[in-house]
Amino acid sequence: MDVIILQLLNGLDKGGAYALIALGLTLIFGTLGVVNFAHGALFMLGAFCAVSFNKILSLELITTDPDKTTAWGTPLEIRTPYVEAYLGDFGHWVLNYSVPVSILLAIPVMLLVGFVMERGLIKHFYNRPHADQILVTFGLAIVLQEIIKSIFGANPIPQTAPETVRGAADIGAALGFDPGVIVYPYWRMVYLGFSALVIAAVFAFLQFTTFGMVVRAGMADRHTVGLLGINIERRFTIVFAIAAVVAGLAGVMYTPILPPDYHMGMDFLVLSFVVVVVGGMGSLPGAVAAGFLLGILQSFASMNEIKAILPGIDQIIIYLVAVVILLVRPRGLLGRKGVMEN
Amino acid sequence: MSSRTSPARDYLFFAIFAVAVLTMPIWLAPVGAGYPDLLQKFAIYGLFATGFNILFGLTGYLSFGHAAFLGVGSYTAVWSFKLLGMNPVPAAILAIVASGIFALAIGYVSLRRSGIYFSILTLAFAQMSYNLAYSVLTPITNGETGLRVLRSDPRLFDGNGSADGPLIANIFGYEMTGWGGFYFCAIVLLIGFFIAQRIFRSPFGIMLRAVKTNQNRMTYTGLNPRPYTLAAFVISGMYAGLAGALLCITDPLAGAERMQWTASGEVVLMTILGGAGTLLGPIFGAALIKYFENIFSAFNEQTLHEIFSFLPDFLEGPVVAVSSLFVGEGWHLTLGALFMLIVIFLPGGIMEGVARIGRLFKRVSTKAEPNRSTAPAE
Repeated sequence: MDVIILQLLNGLDKGGAYALIALGLTLIFGTLGVVNFAHGALFMLGAFCAVSFNKILSLELITTDPDKTTAWGTPLEIRTPYVEAYLGDFGHWVLNYSVPVSILLAIPVMLLVGFVMERGLIKHFYNRPHADQILVTFGLAIVLQEIIKSIFGANPIPQTAPETVRGAADIGAALGFDPGVIVYPYWRMVYLGFSALVIAAVFAFLQFTTFGMVVRAGMADRHTVGLLGINIERRFTIVFAIAAVVAGLAGVMYTPILPPDYHMGMDFLVLSFVVVVVGGMGSLPGAVAAGFLLGILQSFASMNEIKAILPGIDQIIIYLVAVVILLVRPRGLLGRKGVMEN
Repeated sequence: MSSRTSPARDYLFFAIFAVAVLTMPIWLAPVGAGYPDLLQKFAIYGLFATGFNILFGLTGYLSFGHAAFLGVGSYTAVWSFKLLGMNPVPAAILAIVASGIFALAIGYVSLRRSGIYFSILTLAFAQMSYNLAYSVLTPITNGETGLRVLRSDPRLFDGNGSADGPLIANIFGYEMTGWGGFYFCAIVLLIGFFIAQRIFRSPFGIMLRAVKTNQNRMTYTGLNPRPYTLAAFVISGMYAGLAGALLCITDPLAGAERMQWTASGEVVLMTILGGAGTLLGPIFGAALIKYFENIFSAFNEQTLHEIFSFLPDFLEGPVVAVSSLFVGEGWHLTLGALFMLIVIFLPGGIMEGVARIGRLFKRVSTKAEPNRSTAPAE
């Protein structure tokens, strides 16, 4: 029982990341009808927003202390980040919370990136075949990740979670199991809560605002909405930007779990596409459900007990599920009728 | 174009192509590509892309998992070296058979769906093979280290005691490295090209084009598209397997990274760059990408300074700084940018560009001629 709960929890945070990326992919696909292979790169860009925010904050002011010397006899250098030097305690707090605070940077940056991408490139591909869309966004993903590589280098750059949530919680003890059996890092809990929040926000936005209503109508029948005199293209641009922000935020908050490097987007992209397909092309609840489902399945498959029976299952479980679902339920778990059926 | 084909033209075309391929060492030497290692790559990836083109160019099914077949071919070839001896012919044949069977299995399942679902299914299968090759199948694939031929291997037909020298594939004593390797690959490429040409011209090829144009209408005519696409898938898988075997014949080492999905992306790239659905395009694309990979990744800031030394100093600095992003380590950036430009502006690839230029000239000349003929009347 305790093992099952542990794996369930382990799967949830990864599932959260999958769900967020898949949500954005589905939004773009459902509205614009574009298959965006650069979505993983947006996730990565978000992660690097956090990295660069942290880098800017930790620019250091180096002063020497004439009274003290190091073991080598040179004056002791005191390194204080500028923010701490100028802003005191608040600076210290910002540095500590650099990952969550960098959301404030990531939102405008990702909005801009999404806007530019849609207006500059994707717009011209609405009426091109899906193969062309896949190829051009694949090329864009390569370009984005190579730019990041040339700026930040090829090595992963670890980010730390704020001090208060750095440890791990003994959930097992709270649930009545022996202490130390189910230990779960606080940050993963934060990530889970955060992804639930973002998902809820996106759904609320689509469900309860007029703008969201128009977007939903556009997803159902773009042509008719256009005929009603609504400038649907402009709304869809905003939807694209929102999807970029969602992917970016998923990336920002994921940095303490996985040190970001330039190809993390590609790794997530393949999986997220599988998630989208399993959930059903164009179905938002499907994408979220499949994201969590596959995250949990993956963590169950990496249990030693299961690996002993089916060696290597943890490596292929997601793809296997995708293959089975596509062949048995061509529309995916919650797919709508008539969306990309052939 | 198709209206002007005739068997005689095809044979002439093939003969010119064959001469061009076999004399590559001579006419590519001035651009710095006249050495065997690179030319081998041209031939091998040209073959790979030609095979991919039979599927993608003719039927329009975009497979994102073709690298899996390349990997299967490589592993089979190395196993053939290990068990049967260093002769490339059985290695190549076994690789074709193995990758063909593999492609049959994957194709049978994946071809139940089309469009993006097909792409994702093939991608899923390729990723599965890649992950398995890295982890559970280590006894067969030797995991991360890669599969190599060892001195202690049985090698039934050339005995394992005799070889003292390096373990290199050879056929009747000709070693498959350097120029020998290139000519072997070139001849295989020519055979592959000839078969592809025949397929393009055959009724079977027309069926495949029909699949691309309109599957529904094809079904209404009473034809089942599935067997045709499956055959195309298997054939292109066999080409990929053969290309994988050639990679091992010229360098007997097989690694799992050959199966990664970025490798599948690369062959898509080559085909698109050259022009999907044309005979020569994919080979051009493959050669171009391999050439740039080799040349660009060898550049460094020093060579850039030499190239741009004609510029005034205040310009030279920034120009070198910007262009250094695109060469050396960053050559993938060039690749990605090139890829985007091609897809945006020239979806038919280089061959379409050539055709457009050709049409431009033709229009000029046809415009000029009526003018000349009407001139006297006035």
